[in-house]
This record gives sequence, structure tokens and C-alpha cells, in this order.
Amino acid sequence: MHLYTYDGTFEGLLTVVFEAYERKAWPASIEQEQVAQPIMFGETIAVIADEQKAQRVWQGLQKKLSAGALQELYYTYLWEQAGFDRIIFDYIRLVFETKENIEGNFAAPCVLQIQQAAKQVHREKHRMEAFVRFQKTADELFYATISPDFNVLPLILNHFRKRYADQRWAIYDTRRRYGIYYDLHNTSFIKLEQPLRQGTNMPDGVMDAEEDKYRQLWQVYFDHVNIPERKNPKLHLRHIPRRYWKYLSEKQPQALR
Amino acid sequence: MDSRITDKLKILADAAKYDVSCSSSGGKRKNENKGLGNAEGMGICHSYTEDGRCVSLLKILLTNHCIFDCAYCVTRKSNDVERAAFTVQEVVDLTINFYRRNYIEGLFLSSGIFKNADYTMERLVRVAKKLRNDHKFNGYIHLKTIPGASEELIKEAGLYADRLSVNIELPSEASLQQLAPEKNYSEILLPMGSISQQLLQAKEEKKLFKSAPAFAPAGQSTQLIVGASAENDHQILQLSNQLYKSYSLKRVYYSGYVPVSSDNRLPIITEPPIIRENRIYQADWLMRFYGFDAKEIVDELHPNLELDIDPKLAWALRNRFAFPVEINIADYEMILRVPGIGVKSAKKIVSARRFTHLNFEHLRQMGVVLKRAKYFITCQTKSLQRQELDSQQIRNKILFGDGSVRSALLTQQLDLFRQVG
Repeated sequence: MHLYTYDGTFEGLLTVVFEAYERKAWPASIEQEQVAQPIMFGETIAVIADEQKAQRVWQGLQKKLSAGALQELYYTYLWEQAGFDRIIFDYIRLVFETKENIEGNFAAPCVLQIQQAAKQVHREKHRMEAFVRFQKTADELFYATISPDFNVLPLILNHFRKRYADQRWAIYDTRRRYGIYYDLHNTSFIKLEQPLRQGTNMPDGVMDAEEDKYRQLWQVYFDHVNIPERKNPKLHLRHIPRRYWKYLSEKQPQALR
Repeated sequence: MDSRITDKLKILADAAKYDVSCSSSGGKRKNENKGLGNAEGMGICHSYTEDGRCVSLLKILLTNHCIFDCAYCVTRKSNDVERAAFTVQEVVDLTINFYRRNYIEGLFLSSGIFKNADYTMERLVRVAKKLRNDHKFNGYIHLKTIPGASEELIKEAGLYADRLSVNIELPSEASLQQLAPEKNYSEILLPMGSISQQLLQAKEEKKLFKSAPAFAPAGQSTQLIVGASAENDHQILQLSNQLYKSYSLKRVYYSGYVPVSSDNRLPIITEPPIIRENRIYQADWLMRFYGFDAKEIVDELHPNLELDIDPKLAWALRNRFAFPVEINIADYEMILRVPGIGVKSAKKIVSARRFTHLNFEHLRQMGVVLKRAKYFITCQTKSLQRQELDSQQIRNKILFGDGSVRSALLTQQLDLFRQVG
């Protein structure tokens, strides 16, 4: 019995793979240091993330997998749901132990799981690209907060940087307590002590003078582009489940408008 | 708040919403000038209205003043509605400010025809030009081409817009004459032909010079109104098939007619034919992505799509000799034809079976929907069906058997048809 612990980073997880191969000792479980419980039987191996070891595993994978499959692996890491580390480990092991490319082998549980986790992450990424609503502040920063189901901030960065190259913007993940900020030249990860939360009343003078005007115009537009004769609440909810309404200024109750 | 602009937005969004095109994909405009926006890659639906339609673009008319009197249109001259007009600058400001807040992917601009076609078209082009040149806007722009506008203006429009569209609206010349006396087919097809020629030419030039200007990189589309005139589904699909082939359209949109007027040239309906519209879209998808020929879906003998089952299932029930399909050996093309199996599932099946012989459990885990498919497939020669069923029995089992879900809307609309028929 071997319990592997690591620091929760992707690099750390790849180092676990390296160590397991090095020792030829397959993990009974893989856990993150801060949550790992001591075990009664067997050995606990505390793996320290090592860039070079991680790099070697990654290079090994690059030889056997397409770019798309490598991306799915990383997406599964950002998925963060219970057991993701195990799925990634099983998948990598299957890759190294099968001669041909295993990407399409959906009959193998870990291949299917990776594909499904990556799909969920991809959908959440796409939703955040769609549902982020910037508010313009008095000092011309376009600001939004999100709290996505999965850790997609690193994935949406590029999209927003390309799109809003000529305005300063920041997106803050209130659940994971970090954000990205673009200063017209570079993007960087930021941590805020007390982030302003969207949807709550902003203090006077924080917002740009025209912010309210355009938010209201958007709400007017949203109401008038609807065709009441075709009302279809079921379809509406399928496209925007209630948990996403908090982002959308057009879905805020009249009182807040 | 400036209530004048609010009122204009209400009126001109209301007037534009019956145009169903919402796509914002297919553009290749990259943000290379450190400007605003990026329209490469796939489109994004930023919101959804309560009728379940996607909100991707700011879709408005420049004005709803119109000299035409098309019976099916809210904006027709004789209709007693409030009229308004945006200035070019107002449209530009709205677009930029909505875009900066991540509300939209870009602008869909159409217009009622005021004065004449060229005058109207010139204004539309001016909006697009201003967005591109003065604001370095790289978001998506879809411009409506006004029938009868000059070729030079259309050519200029294509330089600034990502997509151009000319709406045919009525699926036959006879209906057009009856319901839109000022329009005629040749006037609509002319700009369509010229756009498709320009598209082709731009593509050729691009091959020679990488720097050649792009012309409407997301192509052109059109819209047909369903249920405002007497055409059957066979005629409608024949027309779209022809449009896809001869004008290489990217999309034909179908808009179930929403009763917006009591004009006596129009049929009296109480509700838009949503189910029929949906079946026509399914048929359209079969032609574009599933390798079906228009003739296989509907023909002179069966001129209309069935409302209570989808067109692929209908085809399978008419062609039982082609089934069952053995999942482990059948061609991809044939797996695509199995009711309930879509492009993604078909691809997964073909990919996974290289590794192992697939059984029904594999299919279930992969997420292949078996509700309809199970009557038409075998896995390693095994079937989920114990006895032989004829088409009628399969149909009944799917419609009324275990796990059948019939939407309230479907039941309601079918009832309406029974009452009418």
C-alpha cells in the first residue's frame, strides 16, 4: 500500500507519476498534502514537486499524445473534482503501457472520464466567456467577478486578452480568491484583500458616469428582443441554468435595475 | 437617462427580432491592430431570451420607416406602429459600449427601406465603415443587403462586414407576388448571386496574394418564413437545397411565422408553427451534416415532414430494409443514419471500436442515446429487441412507450392541427 501526497499543483501531480515509475510502486491513493489523512497500513510518500521530473513525464506524453489529448489532461486538472488526480494518473499509465495511441479508446474508463471531465471544463470556460459582464469603473477599468464551478480563469485569459486589447480589465474569481488583470500590455494574476462583488451595491463614485445608462439600455434591449408568442421557459433554462443568472445584468430583478 | 435613445432601442429592437439569424461564427477577423474585439473562431451566445433564442449580436434596424408594404412584416408601410430612426453615431456608440462590457459579439444591422434601396444601403455601410475605421472594431458585423442596392455598395459592404444576407422570406415567386408586391425574385437573387461571385473571387485572390482584402469572410445567409404562405415542406427544402448548392450559402434560416398583422392576405393562425419550424431545421441539418439528399427526406408523395417524429426517424421507418446496422462493422455514413445517433456519437463509436468490440454497455457509457437507436442497431449481432417489430409498432413504442417524453408544446400544437384539419 502506497499513499502519495503532493502539493496540489499540476507539476506536483506529474512528479507523482515520475516517482511511482521510479519506485515501481503504484499508488493505492493520491492525495493533496493539506487534506491527506495519515494511513494505518502501508507507506506514505510525500512527493515534492520537481520541475525536471514533471517535464520528463510531460515530454514522454508529448511523444504519444496529440495536442488535443494533452489539453484534455490539463483541463481535467482544472476540473478539481474529487478523484481527478487518480483519473489523470490512470490515464497516463495507460498511455505509457499501451503501444498504440489510446486517445480514442472510449471503452477504457479513464479515457472516457478524462474526455467527460474535459468537456465539462470546456463548457464552463465557454460559459464564462459568454456570461462575464464587465462594469466600467470611474478610472476606466472594466471589472467583473465570477465564481465558476471549475478553475477556468487560466483558460479564459487568452480569449479576453485578444478581445479587449485596448481597455484595462480585470476578472476576479471570488470562490478561488484570485483574479487576472490586464494593464494594456500584460496580463497578471492578482489577489485582492476585499474584492468588490458584482451584483451588490457599489459605493458611490466607483462606477463610470455612463455605466448605469448602458446597463439599463442592455436590459431594455434584452426585454424587447424577446418574442412573447414563442415563450419557452424550458429551453430558456436549459441554455442559462439559474446558477448563472447572478452574472447577468439582464436577469437582475427590477428593483436592482 | 436619455429616454429618446431608450425609446428608439425599444422600437427598433422590436422590429428586428423576427429576423432569426443569430450566428456570430465563421469570421476570421483577428485583433491585430491592438483595437477592440476579435472575431476569429466560434461565436458566443451571450444570453438567451425567454423564448429560448440566443442573444449574440445587437440586432436592430437602422429605421423602421419603410416604403414597402409586405403583408408578413411588422414594419410594412400600412401598419400603424410607432416609427423611429437611429443616427449612424447612435448605432456605433451602442455597439461599442455593449461590446466593451462583453454583452455582445457584434452588430446585426438591418433596415426598413426609406427613400430608395441605395440610400438605405449606403447608411448601413457607413455604420460598418465607421466601426472598422474610426474605432478599430474587430467584432462581428452582419449587414442586411437591401434588395435592389447597387453592386458597388454591396461590394463595399462586404469589405467591412463579416456576413451579408438577403432575405428571400417567401419560398415561391407566387407567394412573393401576393404578399410582397413591391419585391420580386430576380431582385432578391441578383444581389445573392453577386455576393456569391464576390466571395469566390476574394477566395481566389487570397490564394494569390495573402494581403488581398477579405470579402464577408463568414459568407452569406438568408431567411425563409414558414407558415405565412401555402408552400409545403417539399418545396421549402427543395429551395434551400438549391440555395446551398448554387449560391453556396452558409445558412438558410427558417422563421415560423408569428402573426404580426391581421392583413387579409395572410392565413389566420393563433400561434407560430414552432414544431414545423423545428422539423424543417432538423431536415436542413440532415442535408448539411448527415449526408442526406433533399429527395430522401420529403418528396412529391410525402410532401410534408411528420410533426410528431423527427425526419431521420421518419426516413428510417420508411426504409426498414437498411436496418439493423451492426455498430461494430457498419460504415460511419450508415451509423450517422441511425435515428438518435448524432455526429459526435457516431465519431466516438467509429473511434472506440478500433480498440474493442463494442456492446450496448459501452454505448451507454459513451453517452449514446439508445431510446430510438435501439430499434435500428445490433452490437456483436445482439439486439435489445426480443421480437420483430414493424414500423408502426416501433413508432408507437417510441411515441407512447416507456420513457417517452412528449413536450407540452408538441401535444398542444398537434391538438391545434387536429382541430384545424
